[in-house]
Amino acid sequence: MELIFDGLKKAIEMILTGDREILEITWLTLRVCFMAIIISSIIGLPLGMLLGLTRFKGRKIILVLINIGMGLPPVVAGLWITMLLWRSGPLGHLQLLYSPTAIVMAQVLVSLPIVTGLTSSAFQQINEKMLLQIKALGATNIQTIALLLKQTKIPIVAAIMAGFGRVIAEVGAAMMVGGNIQGDTRILTTSIVMEVSKGNFDVALAISFILLTVALLITAALTLLQQRKRVS
Amino acid sequence: MLKNRFFATLFVFMLLFLAACGNTETKQESTPEKKVEPKEEPTELILATTTSTQDSGLLDVLLPIFEEENNVKVKTIAVGTGQALEMGTKGEADVLLVHAPKSEEELVTSGDAVNRKRVMYNDFILVGPKDNPADVSGDDILAAFKTISEGKANFVTRGDDSGTHKKELGIWTAVNIEPTGDTYISTGQGMGASLQIANEKNGYILTDRATWLAQEKNLTSLQIAVEGGKDLMNIYHVMQVNPEKHEMVNSNDAEKFVEFMVSSETQDVIESFGKDEYGQSLFFKYTE
Repeated sequence: MELIFDGLKKAIEMILTGDREILEITWLTLRVCFMAIIISSIIGLPLGMLLGLTRFKGRKIILVLINIGMGLPPVVAGLWITMLLWRSGPLGHLQLLYSPTAIVMAQVLVSLPIVTGLTSSAFQQINEKMLLQIKALGATNIQTIALLLKQTKIPIVAAIMAGFGRVIAEVGAAMMVGGNIQGDTRILTTSIVMEVSKGNFDVALAISFILLTVALLITAALTLLQQRKRVS
Repeated sequence: MLKNRFFATLFVFMLLFLAACGNTETKQESTPEKKVEPKEEPTELILATTTSTQDSGLLDVLLPIFEEENNVKVKTIAVGTGQALEMGTKGEADVLLVHAPKSEEELVTSGDAVNRKRVMYNDFILVGPKDNPADVSGDDILAAFKTISEGKANFVTRGDDSGTHKKELGIWTAVNIEPTGDTYISTGQGMGASLQIANEKNGYILTDRATWLAQEKNLTSLQIAVEGGKDLMNIYHVMQVNPEKHEMVNSNDAEKFVEFMVSSETQDVIESFGKDEYGQSLFFKYTE
């Protein structure tokens, strides 16, 4: 119990005194996670929409693959990205291994299936009769999409939140492709692992409180956005 | 058009963050430039090393000196010695700082590593439960391993191909015992985590002294059982990855790093490291 209080005290201390290193780590974590979830959303939302609304051959196979991808263990994603980025690997000349970009790549790989899969489920829920009705009323394609987006707002934000939860909690891949390099690729989760292995449990706990606070604030903001009543 | 308001908000939200991301990147790029205005963009050097050099804090003291002197950004990848050596054979690192002499020699023979130099040593110690169930002490590590194996006391092993693990396997081979069974606990984790497990499982464990001293405060049920024998020396070497065998290796800075590690100023820093905090050196000078 004492350790938890120590950790909490240390976390508050770190934030109040503006511990430079921890602020940089937190900021890097935010940048990396937001970049990953934005990329995942930009690709995943239209892709999920397409998979949810259209019917074509091979669609079910793609859905199965995406659903498997939702459970893709981050270390597996990390391993793939590592092999891809090795100096001796196919993308080695880019020299991206052990850089924040590599972490973003791994995080996109684990969050994209979540965003895509949940978005496609949301669009599959839409009643076909409604689709017919919209068409019958003479809506243009853009109007149709806008209307559908409004209908699926809640599950879409849920998809983004789930994806975000995945990337901010992710540690295995970030450790592997980032290397936990001080001042470069050290993010909150990997520093927790490192501090634990150093035996600095108080520091590890303090960082975990900071991580939880950050996750809480962002998820709360997204939830409020999701739950906001329509003004009409 | 109220229906689009939500997505417009979300879009703006994301754009704001993108903009924020962009801003800091330029900020971060501009700050170091201001500091080292006359210098060029620092080159990058990938150092593959063992967890013990990072977890003990030694690298935090040494690397800034090297980076400052040579305008280099050192990217430290702290892994087990096995993985560090593998990074060497694959050409994924530029320079290695490791402690498994036998495996290192293989790399030199295969031509993957060149310019290998001895840097420092500390020692391995056997720590075990405070009530000492196997009743081992003194400085004879071979006898201690035998007694533990016969007495069926718990023994925790790294099991991760690290330098410490290789050392432990070497001792088991020397006493002609193949450790197996429920009492031989393989963690597959780093030194710190393995010590924690030994602490919880009341097991004996072979560790390097630096990690032990750094973690002792958390390991309330362990104490040193065997130390000081000549078999327990833990020797660190630094070496370059062969640029002729692997592309993209930064051999220029790697060579400087090897020179830096064996220079007498660095050696003094190494030996004085830890004296303030632990009252004794964690690593000792040991150049050729």
